[in-house]
Amino acid sequence: MRKLIIATLLAGGAFMATTATLNAADVTQYIPLPTYRVGAYASSGELWWAGERDYFRYINEVEGGIDGVKLNYEEFETEWSPDRTVEVYERVKAGKDGSPIAFFFTHGTPATYALLEKAAADKIPLIDPAGGRTESIDGRVFPYAFPLLFSYYSQASTGINYIASKVGGFEKLKGLKIATVYHDSAYGRATQPAVELLAKKYGFENIQIPVADPGNEQSPQWRQIHELKPDWVFLRTWGVSTVVGIKTAARFGFPADHIIGDVWAGSESDVIPAGKAAIGYSALAPYPGGADFEIHKRLKKFILDAGKSDLRDQKYFGAVNYNVGLVNAALAVEALRTGYKKFGARPLDGEEGRWAFEHLTIDENRLKEIGFVGLLQPIQITPLDHEGGGAARIQSWDGQKWVLQTDWIKADHEALRPLIEQQAAAYAKEHGITPRTPDTETN
Amino acid sequence: MNMFLETLIGGLLAGTMYSLVAIGFVLIYKASGVFNYAQGSMLLFAALTFVSLTDQGVPVLVALVITIVVLALMAVGIERLILRPLVNRGPMTLFMATLGLAYIVEGTAQGLMGSQVKALDLGIEDLPIFLGDIMISQFDLTAAAVALILVVALSLLFNKTRLGVALRGVADDTSAALSIGIDINRIWQIVWTIAGLVGLVAGLLWGARQGVQFSLSLVVLKALPVLIIGGFTSITGAIIGGLVVGAAESLGETYIGPFLGGGITPWFAYALALAFLFIRPAGLFGEQKIERV
Repeated sequence: MRKLIIATLLAGGAFMATTATLNAADVTQYIPLPTYRVGAYASSGELWWAGERDYFRYINEVEGGIDGVKLNYEEFETEWSPDRTVEVYERVKAGKDGSPIAFFFTHGTPATYALLEKAAADKIPLIDPAGGRTESIDGRVFPYAFPLLFSYYSQASTGINYIASKVGGFEKLKGLKIATVYHDSAYGRATQPAVELLAKKYGFENIQIPVADPGNEQSPQWRQIHELKPDWVFLRTWGVSTVVGIKTAARFGFPADHIIGDVWAGSESDVIPAGKAAIGYSALAPYPGGADFEIHKRLKKFILDAGKSDLRDQKYFGAVNYNVGLVNAALAVEALRTGYKKFGARPLDGEEGRWAFEHLTIDENRLKEIGFVGLLQPIQITPLDHEGGGAARIQSWDGQKWVLQTDWIKADHEALRPLIEQQAAAYAKEHGITPRTPDTETN
Repeated sequence: MNMFLETLIGGLLAGTMYSLVAIGFVLIYKASGVFNYAQGSMLLFAALTFVSLTDQGVPVLVALVITIVVLALMAVGIERLILRPLVNRGPMTLFMATLGLAYIVEGTAQGLMGSQVKALDLGIEDLPIFLGDIMISQFDLTAAAVALILVVALSLLFNKTRLGVALRGVADDTSAALSIGIDINRIWQIVWTIAGLVGLVAGLLWGARQGVQFSLSLVVLKALPVLIIGGFTSITGAIIGGLVVGAAESLGETYIGPFLGGGITPWFAYALALAFLFIRPAGLFGEQKIERV
C-alpha cells in the first residue's frame, strides 16, 4: 500500500513538473482584436480579420511563435462602433492569463480619437496603421499613438505626387483644378490641411465637395463636378459612398482614369459593384492587392492548404482587405520581435510595447526574410516619427483585378512635417502636455 | 435655368427610389398598424437571396421564383412566430418586435450568404441621356417607370380584387373584418409577402446602384421622412413624399448646401419632415383620425 502511495505521489509530482514545463513553454502574448464581422462594414472586416488571424496562426504554428512566445489573439465584435471599441479597451487593458497588453489595435480612426487620452494615461500604445490622428506622428506629444505606415497627410501628398507624375511634373500642377470628394466625417476631412498646403505650394485650385454619410445618392455632388470641370478627382470616401461615387461619376461623364481613390476607397468591395464604371479607376495602395507575394506562397502552403485559414471563401485570398490584415499583423509581430530583443522573450506591457514600436525598423532585407517585398514598404519608426513610412503604390482596376502601376511613391515629408509639428504643438498647448525629449530618455 | 431644371428632375427621379422603399412600410402599416422597422432588413434579405442564387449559376427567372417563395415563407414565419402571439398588444410592443426582427433578419442574411459586397447587373445602363441641355439618368428613369408600374399594380390589387377589399377591410377596422369572417392571419401573411416583394424590387434597384451589401438595410433612413411627408397610410402619399424629399434634397444640397458647408442631404430631409409635422401631422395623404376623448 505504501509503495502504491509513493508511486502515486511520484507520478503526481512528475505530472506537475511536466505541466509546469508546458506552462513555461506556453508563454503567450495577449493581443485583443476589436473587430467587425457584422454590420455595415463587415465586407471589409471579414477579410481583414482573416488576414490578421492567418498571419498570427502562421507565426504560432509554423514559426513556433516569436522567439518562442506564442500569440494569444482574441476577437471582440464592435460593428465598427467607437463606443464598443472603448468598452473592449476597458475590458482588456489589464491583459489576460498573466499577459499584459503591449499595444491595442483600434481598427478605426474614430475609435483612435475616442481612446487617445485614455491610452496615454494608461500607457498603452494605440496602433492604427493608415489611420489615426495625423499629428500624432509627433511622438514627443503623442508617445502612445502610432498612425503607422501612411498618415492622412501622406495620403494627400502621395496622391498629388502621382498626379504630378501623370501630367509631366510638379510645375504642370499650376492652374489645374483638383477636387476632393470626401466622406463628410473626421476621416473624410482629415486630408484638408495637407491639400490646402500643397495647393499653395504648387498653385493648383483646391475644390472640396462633401458627401454626407452613407452617401448612397450623390447626384448633386457630381453635378457640381460636372459644372466645375476639375482635371482630377481625389475620392476620399468609405463603404457604399465609394461605389456610388464611381458610378455617379460615370453617369456625369467624368473619366474613371482621372479619379484617384484613397486607401479606404481602394478595395475589391469598392469596385466590383461599380461594374464597368470602375475600369481605369486608381487607388493609393499602402496595402496592394494580389496573392503573388512571397508571404502568400507560405500562407497557401501552411495555412490555406492545411485547411486552417480563417477565410470563408478562398477566392478572397490576396484581396486588398485580406492584405491589410496581413500587413498590420506583420507590423505587430515585428514590433514584438524588436521588443523581445530588448526586454527578453516574455509578454510585454504597454510601456515596453511603446519602446518596441518606437524602435521598429523593417528594411529591404527584413522584408525579404518575412516575405513582404512589394507588399509592405520599408519602414523605420522613431520617437519623432510614429508613421515610419509615408509611401504607397498606385493600383488600377482593370475590371477583374487590381494592377499595380507604380513602385512606392513617397509623400512630401519636408512640406508636411512643419504642419504636423504645428498641430501637435497646438494639441499639447490645449491639453497642457509638455512634449517629451526623446534624446534625453534613458531607454 | 438648365442647372436648376436638371437638379430638380434628377431629384424627382431619385425620389422615386425612396418611394419604392416607403411603399413597403405603407403596406404593412395599413394592414396591421405596425411600423415595420425590419423593412430595410427584408429588402437586404430579398436582394441578397436573389444575388446569391444568380451567383451560384441559377437562371434569373428561377432565382426570382425561389426568392419569392423564400419571402412568402418568411412572411408566414413572421406572422406565426411574432405577430400572432403579440396580437392585441400596443403599437410600441409591435414596433419593438420588428426592431428585434430586423437584427435577426440581418444576422441571418449575413450568416447564410456572407457579408461580401455582391455586384448586381440588371442590364440597365446608368449612362446619361439629354433633353436639350438637360442631362437625365437613364437608370433613374427606369426606376421611376418601375415605381409607376408597381403603384398601378398595387392599386389594382387593392381596388379591383376580393383580396384587396379584404385587405382594406382589415386596415380600416380589424374587429369588423374579423366579425364577417375574414381570416386576419392569412391577410397578414399576404401583406407581409407583398411588402417583401416590394422590398425585393427596391432592393434590386438600390442593389444595382450601390452593390448588394449590408448598407442596403440603411436605405430605410431615406424612407422615414418620405412617410412623414406623404403619410403612413397612403401609397400615393409615399410616391408624392418621395418626390418631395428627392427634389428638396437635390435642390437643397446644390443651392443651400454650399452656404452650410455641404453634405446637408441627410438632415435636410428630416428638417423638411419636421416642418410638415407642424403643418400636417398626418402627412399629405395620411388619414386624419378624430377620436372622442
